[in-house]
Amino acid sequence: MVAKNGPAGTAGGLDVARLKQDFPILRRMVHGKPLVYLDNAATSQKPVAVIRALVDYYERYNANVHRGIHTLAEEATAAYEAARAKVAALIGASPDEVVFTRGTTEALNLVAYGWARKHLRPGDEILVTLMEHHSNLVPWQRVAKERGLRLRAVPLTEDGRLDLEALDGLLTERTRLIAVTHMSNVLGTVTPLAEIARRARAAGAVVVADGAQSVPHLPVDVRALGVDFLAFSAHKMLGPTGVGALYARRERLEEMEPLLGGGGMIRRVDIEDATWADPPARFEAGTPDIAGVIAFGAAADYLRGIGMEAVAAHERELVRYAWERLREVPGLTIYGPGPEHRGGVFSFTLEGVHAHDVAQVADGEGVAIRAGHHCAQPLHAHLGVPATARASFYIYNDAGDVDRLVRALHAAREVFARP
Amino acid sequence: MSSDLYREQILDHYRYPRNYGSLEGADISHEDQNPLCGDQVRFEVCLDEHGRVARAAFSGRGCAISQATASMLTEAVQGKTLDEIKAMDQKTVLELLGISLSPVRLKCALLPLKVLQAGIHRYENEAAGR
Repeated sequence: MVAKNGPAGTAGGLDVARLKQDFPILRRMVHGKPLVYLDNAATSQKPVAVIRALVDYYERYNANVHRGIHTLAEEATAAYEAARAKVAALIGASPDEVVFTRGTTEALNLVAYGWARKHLRPGDEILVTLMEHHSNLVPWQRVAKERGLRLRAVPLTEDGRLDLEALDGLLTERTRLIAVTHMSNVLGTVTPLAEIARRARAAGAVVVADGAQSVPHLPVDVRALGVDFLAFSAHKMLGPTGVGALYARRERLEEMEPLLGGGGMIRRVDIEDATWADPPARFEAGTPDIAGVIAFGAAADYLRGIGMEAVAAHERELVRYAWERLREVPGLTIYGPGPEHRGGVFSFTLEGVHAHDVAQVADGEGVAIRAGHHCAQPLHAHLGVPATARASFYIYNDAGDVDRLVRALHAAREVFARP
Repeated sequence: MSSDLYREQILDHYRYPRNYGSLEGADISHEDQNPLCGDQVRFEVCLDEHGRVARAAFSGRGCAISQATASMLTEAVQGKTLDEIKAMDQKTVLELLGISLSPVRLKCALLPLKVLQAGIHRYENEAAGR
């Protein structure tokens, strides 16, 4: 229990000390100190169950999926489709609404080019928000330029939440699509996605949600949220890199054009023309990352085994603890809302120390954090800082890790203190 | 590692940058940034009648490595010809700093020299065009 490890409390009920044993990398030393990994918003570490799923596939049943008659191909196909069911179950979708992609970025581009480009007309408007990751902004900019659409941004409140009043003002009959994050990768802000989707639907707009930060950390139910599309990545939720998923409501899937033509996505091909396979195969041309998808399924299983409510409760405790501890550090500014509105992501600046130098000193203390604009330049321009340092948590972090971070920040202050 | 990286000499240049600001009537003036991290450096240089650096100044914002390197460079180029500055490279910069750097931080350290050399190229191209 977390309570036995430190002051983070018991609400999560996670046995973090035991969980840590599942992650071989957490036994690593960095600069002679035990690694404290706080860069989970960039990518998470992988449990043995996920690593073993990758190796198992290659060692025991490596074969291409679909249309194979031999035993290995049947086993590989079964495991690949079982992974789809596992990932779907995690988000409350049905398996045929889950398309495997290379990650969140590809999933969002698939919606931009496969759906928006086909269905939006010159003069239509797309809403984005000021806190979007570049991957939920740049594809919309490109499609908007090509199709003569208007892109408008929903502003933020003073404390870094989405300004819902402004949203109401921006939602008009011209709004055809709103692209919004479920959790900011910089501010940690959790957006009221179900409420946003309700207002968008009332205005006749389609909702595209970036779930890269939320699906790994929160209970997510696509039906309850009422979104049309939800994109997320395996590697931020204990799975391998290079794999992700796009959930799309069935009728949206039917409306979407495939981006890639080729093997696996067709029903019938003659020399002149071809017809498409049913979704989701329609959107998965070419041999997919079979091992990666199977390991993605293992990651979804691992998380469901813990329970997403327990994951979220553990991180809420950690967020409250980190919020208090970080504010003890003199000269530290945290960006974004208070603990009740944020997930386990803290971006901050330390007076007199550039974010890179903060991260460098922390690394010397064995504490891995990130520094930069975190692929959110418009947000950083809004905050008026060129770069922030960012610490982000996951299930295997505990109060002791927060303490190590705080010590590292004091060390950074000492290095840069004027003598 | 961090204690190495933040040697007293580097911290001193970061805390108390030398030749910080701008120069009136500068012959060379150039600015650029590292798009990955937003480090930003501007160099201004006045040449004497022999084409040597009479004064050099920098301004900008960024991490300790980029800003300290810029400060050190303003001193190191004093009295140098433009050809001598163009011949400076990664080795020169690392010798100034007296440390080794990871590939990521090397970009921070090399930004000031890159800006200065780009400014010189622009100056020479404009001079050739006149």
